Amino acid sequence: MRTEDLIKALDADARDKAMPLGKAWWLAVGVAVAIAATVFLATIGPRPDIMPAMHTMRFMSKFVFTLALVASAFALIRVLSMPGASTRRAMAWMIAAPVLVVLAVVLELFVVTQADWGKRLVGSNMMICMSFIPLIGIGPLAVFLGMLRYGAPTRPVLAGAVAGLLAGGLAATFYAAHCFDDSPLFVATWYTIAIAFLTLLGAIGGRLFVRW
Amino acid sequence: MTGKDEAELSRLLKAAIAGDERAYADFLHRIAALVRGFARRKIVQGGVDPEDVVQETLLAIHVKRHTWRPDAPVLPWVYAIARFKLIDAFRRRGRRIEVEIDEIAETFAEPETETISERDINRALDGLPPTQRSVVSSISVDGHSIGETAAKLGVSETAVRVSLHRGLAAIAKRFGRQ
Repeated sequence: MRTEDLIKALDADARDKAMPLGKAWWLAVGVAVAIAATVFLATIGPRPDIMPAMHTMRFMSKFVFTLALVASAFALIRVLSMPGASTRRAMAWMIAAPVLVVLAVVLELFVVTQADWGKRLVGSNMMICMSFIPLIGIGPLAVFLGMLRYGAPTRPVLAGAVAGLLAGGLAATFYAAHCFDDSPLFVATWYTIAIAFLTLLGAIGGRLFVRW
Repeated sequence: MTGKDEAELSRLLKAAIAGDERAYADFLHRIAALVRGFARRKIVQGGVDPEDVVQETLLAIHVKRHTWRPDAPVLPWVYAIARFKLIDAFRRRGRRIEVEIDEIAETFAEPETETISERDINRALDGLPPTQRSVVSSISVDGHSIGETAAKLGVSETAVRVSLHRGLAAIAKRFGRQ
């Protein structure tokens, strides 16, 4: 087929319209939140003392970390799925969540006596944390990988990894409402491991499925 | 020159997305010429036919045109897709090349005209289900309109549009999967 001929075929298909990618991403996040919420409520659900817990700094700080991750990963994955869009600024913002966690860890080390560090880090729930964050996040990850296929990421493995971070941040936000371990020492350790697992899964998914 | 190109391409693509077929044809012709220049300069050793890269890029631009934001510049978007398809073409032929990211400045190539040779896209076309293949080749190779194709095949225009759309999407996907 000559290029001329191909253009004729593409031109005849011009009327077909797809949803703009930016709008589709918002829709995908809505679907992903619905899936995560359903899995969360059907399995572990929020902790019974969530109302009083909301008045404590440590409990609320968990949402600051996870929502910072969600916001920055969402901004980055959007530009990664659009060819030619500059990723520099969105990439720089990815530092926000880790910096917040590190600051909180340092504060925690100051206010908690050294004898209690180990207890706070190990917590009471780490196996639940490491299994339920991936469990809640796997559906959203599938949605985000599907969105990457709909988009056009020129770096599919990186984009897949960011899909994992976004799914992990979302899942961790829900999980945080269940978890009794509010210490930044616990969050920095076990949440990170669980989210890293989803990130790895996302990178593999990006490598295998995100072809266009 | 580049700024004028950019503004003109942006105008054409916006009109095309709004449904203006003539603007879309004009847009695709200009893009084909630019990508051809880009591919010919990048492919210094043999093994990859620049025209294959042009066609794969045009297909990708077509099926991914919803990834362009109307407030974003067109040329970086086009060249990012072209670079991706070029690397893909080398990868498929068992070669690794690196096309640096910051080459946009030198990619504003002079438009070049096509040379004829066998295309990968022909093989992809041959792999389509019969209905899609006859619709795509009627419109492309034979140059028939949607209406003429519908009359020739004895189906509705809507059916022709659907087959065309699915056929093109399937060809584009095949290049991504290989």
